[in-house]
Amino acid sequence: MQAMMIARAKELLESGAVDRVLGWKTGEFVYDVTPAVFTSAEELDAGFVYDEFCGPNLSKYLISESRKGGKVLAFLKPCDTYSFNQLLKEHRILRENVYVIGVACEGKTDGEMLKAAGIKGITGIRSEGGSLVADTLYGEKTVKKADVLHERCLCCKSKKHVVYDELIGEEGEPDPGCGRFDMVEKIEAMTADERFAFWRGELSRCIRCNACRNVCPACSCEKCVFDNDASGIAQKAAADDFEENMFHIIRAFHVAGRCTDCGECSRVCPQHIPLHLLNRKFIHDINRFYGEYQAGEDTDSRAPLNTYSTGDVEPSIVYEKGGNR
Amino acid sequence: MSQEALIPLLGVVTDIRIDTPDVKTFRVVGLDGKKVFEHVPGQCAMLSIPGVGEAMFSITSSPTNTEYMEFSIKKCGCLTSWLHQMDVGQQITIRGPYGNGFPVETALRGKDLLFIAGGIGLAPLRSVINYVRDKRENYGNIQIIYGSRSMDDLVDYKEILDEWMRDESITVNLTIDREQEGWDGHVGFVPNYVKELSPDLGKTVLMCGPPIMIKFTLAGLKELGFSDTQVYTTMELRMKCGVGKCGRCNIGNKYVCKDGPVFRFDQLGELPDEY
Amino acid sequence: MQKLSLEKLGGFFAAIAEKAALYLPVDNAAGQAQYQRWSEGAVLSSALNTVRSAKDFFFPQTENLVDFKLKGKTIEITDPRTEQEDFVVFGVRACDARSFSILDKVFLADPVDGYYKARREHGTIVTLACTEPEETCFCQSFGIDPAEPAGDVSCWKTGTDLFLRANTEKGEALLSSLSALLEEADEAPVRAQQEATREILKKLPLAAFTTESFGGDVLKKVFDSEKWAELSQSCLGCGTCTFVCPTCQCYDIRDFDTGHGVRRFRCWDSCMYSDFTRMAHGNPRLTQKERFRQRFMHKLVYFPANNNGEYGCVGCGRCLAKCPIHMNIVKVAKTLEGELK
Repeated sequence: MQAMMIARAKELLESGAVDRVLGWKTGEFVYDVTPAVFTSAEELDAGFVYDEFCGPNLSKYLISESRKGGKVLAFLKPCDTYSFNQLLKEHRILRENVYVIGVACEGKTDGEMLKAAGIKGITGIRSEGGSLVADTLYGEKTVKKADVLHERCLCCKSKKHVVYDELIGEEGEPDPGCGRFDMVEKIEAMTADERFAFWRGELSRCIRCNACRNVCPACSCEKCVFDNDASGIAQKAAADDFEENMFHIIRAFHVAGRCTDCGECSRVCPQHIPLHLLNRKFIHDINRFYGEYQAGEDTDSRAPLNTYSTGDVEPSIVYEKGGNR
Repeated sequence: MSQEALIPLLGVVTDIRIDTPDVKTFRVVGLDGKKVFEHVPGQCAMLSIPGVGEAMFSITSSPTNTEYMEFSIKKCGCLTSWLHQMDVGQQITIRGPYGNGFPVETALRGKDLLFIAGGIGLAPLRSVINYVRDKRENYGNIQIIYGSRSMDDLVDYKEILDEWMRDESITVNLTIDREQEGWDGHVGFVPNYVKELSPDLGKTVLMCGPPIMIKFTLAGLKELGFSDTQVYTTMELRMKCGVGKCGRCNIGNKYVCKDGPVFRFDQLGELPDEY
Repeated sequence: MQKLSLEKLGGFFAAIAEKAALYLPVDNAAGQAQYQRWSEGAVLSSALNTVRSAKDFFFPQTENLVDFKLKGKTIEITDPRTEQEDFVVFGVRACDARSFSILDKVFLADPVDGYYKARREHGTIVTLACTEPEETCFCQSFGIDPAEPAGDVSCWKTGTDLFLRANTEKGEALLSSLSALLEEADEAPVRAQQEATREILKKLPLAAFTTESFGGDVLKKVFDSEKWAELSQSCLGCGTCTFVCPTCQCYDIRDFDTGHGVRRFRCWDSCMYSDFTRMAHGNPRLTQKERFRQRFMHKLVYFPANNNGEYGCVGCGRCLAKCPIHMNIVKVAKTLEGELK
């Protein structure tokens, strides 16, 4: 797969169809992959990689890349294509300057997931069928890929790309039965006190590093409200800790209806806070109030939160269904 | 507990003078009516209104003024806008003095001095000018080249006319950017005026103004033959702690609040061009 | 050298906690280690290190500096500081222990930061030697020996015992207050553990990593390198690296209207943030490239230039593990080193 991608990228560079490639670059250890722009065949050979560790969603970089002149080739996984479409809808990416190659994906993992599985001191990793075999300072360790995939990959909503100029690899299918709202419903079933305790506990670990906001494709404001002294809510770190919780709730509101559920927010959180659950709650609610809606599925449907219709749900129903138990 | 650097003292504004449409000069003393602290020309102080903001301002009065300190403040942000609409008698918080100041008792003694200023850039230099005037016999001849956008934007204009221009041992050359009715003095940008005046190469230059003025004036001075080691300037960057700890105001490995704000151009030459 | 059987560890912690606030690394709900105040039943984490470093104890994320009350034209100033209580931090690793001396160089330099100083004076550091370093570790590159950590008291944990050795007066005071629980010990097991750890250290992927070529002398050369553009390309500017780093100490000072007055507090800030150097009339670091460059220039060049060659990094590896897009000081140093040869 990686070889095919490098070969195709080289072809497109050679022919002048694109003048740079947005992809992933190897690091020191196998799992520390960095998004990078490659401008030559040599650079691709030297560093391009596509493997189980290519979790980062490349769409957000296209906001600035598509404006730098020339044409950029971007490799997008199925979940990434949803973000891409959503950003197109918001006129943030200039479509004509991007050549999209959809790449097949069986799920991704990263160093943190391996560590959580007790694998540490990693000096090398290789893929063997459905398993990852790690050479470590403390012996060879094998783990099934399915056991270390990101949570978002375990309930992947679709392995089918929603936008591309060409595809590499087998295209998958959408999976409506993926169960991605299971945890949301579990939390909804809690009493208000239990739910409050759950979230206060999770969010208490927040260090306001802003990784979630900065990686989120839906958070692309040039000047975030939290960085704006005039907004009244700009603080680097909470002056009292309830504020920490408000950051996440406000951010969830801001991206509601535009979040494509790419799961990057939870992947990047250094404190492993399950932020995606807040966003999924909004998506679940929107589905129930306004009908099934998936942000980023296409570029021309009207989003429920910016469209008025006479059939819109009444406030009393929102209050009840939204969790007032 | 001993006075903590980040905990300010209280001061009160006893006089507010309108200099230009966007510059006011504030007179500050402690609650006991005396100066809050002593300083060296070129040093600065952090002033604040709690809840509005805190910022670093250069002390424009000379330390030889034993009665009060003055700050010439340009209205351009949150705190400065607030200061511009306040009344006399308002208390403010003040802490300082911060920075290295100009070497008035060492490198500058006995020298012929040339002050070049643009707009509000005159404020820190005024501290030196008045210091030098009060200790006149320690210094050589004094020349001041000062320019601003227009006649109304000349800071300390009254003092310039009534005191500096009447002092025979000081040469004052004023200029404004464009022709203006009521002005029969020189018209032109400061860098060009400096080249026109072609000052003596034996002078030590103290310069302060907008970055673009500094850039072109320095280039002009070098063309005339001045070297980096005889030109001083004072820098300004965003500051929070004022004591070299918060990591914000550095140029290379030097902190403007602590190792500066006064730098000689050869020192700046060793630092990255990031200011 | 003294020792204590691991079975008595709970009692040991209880005894310390009677006289001072005790903090130790404990596994949290997300399965990662974090420092928590000891309470009955707390279990010492077996993780290599905590996510948040120990700098929190001396330089907390938020800290009240001064309180104001405004009435008409008058301002009332109140110093909010109370007597700092004594505290003990147990389980600090060698890398974090070194970070304190780096932070000291900033906060204890003239004018001394009283808030930091009070905490340093009242804090006792009990370090714990590492036995299973990970691939992200490179403390060795800065002359740190994880098998011989600094601190008021150094500890080694074997399968059966905890070995302790006081290094300073504070450490001796702590151990003598617990002498009833401790017994004299032969150093041999500690030596054996140290040998084993040092063997592993030699095999670490980053064992040969060095920052020797960086320092004040190459300031301009490193600054002007063209590699910064590609290094900073995918940086999100999130600030995670700064917050998990044990030596990063930039802070912001802000005013907060409590409704009853104004509280001036300081909080962690990051040079990676877009508004770090933003002024009313401009910003010397307009793009992420300049901000990214600033952070690494500070650690590799500016800090050593101001502190006799000591680097602003302790090789803890947190930035390697936590950066969302896996950029870190090792990659930066390795990329730029080529320019210096």
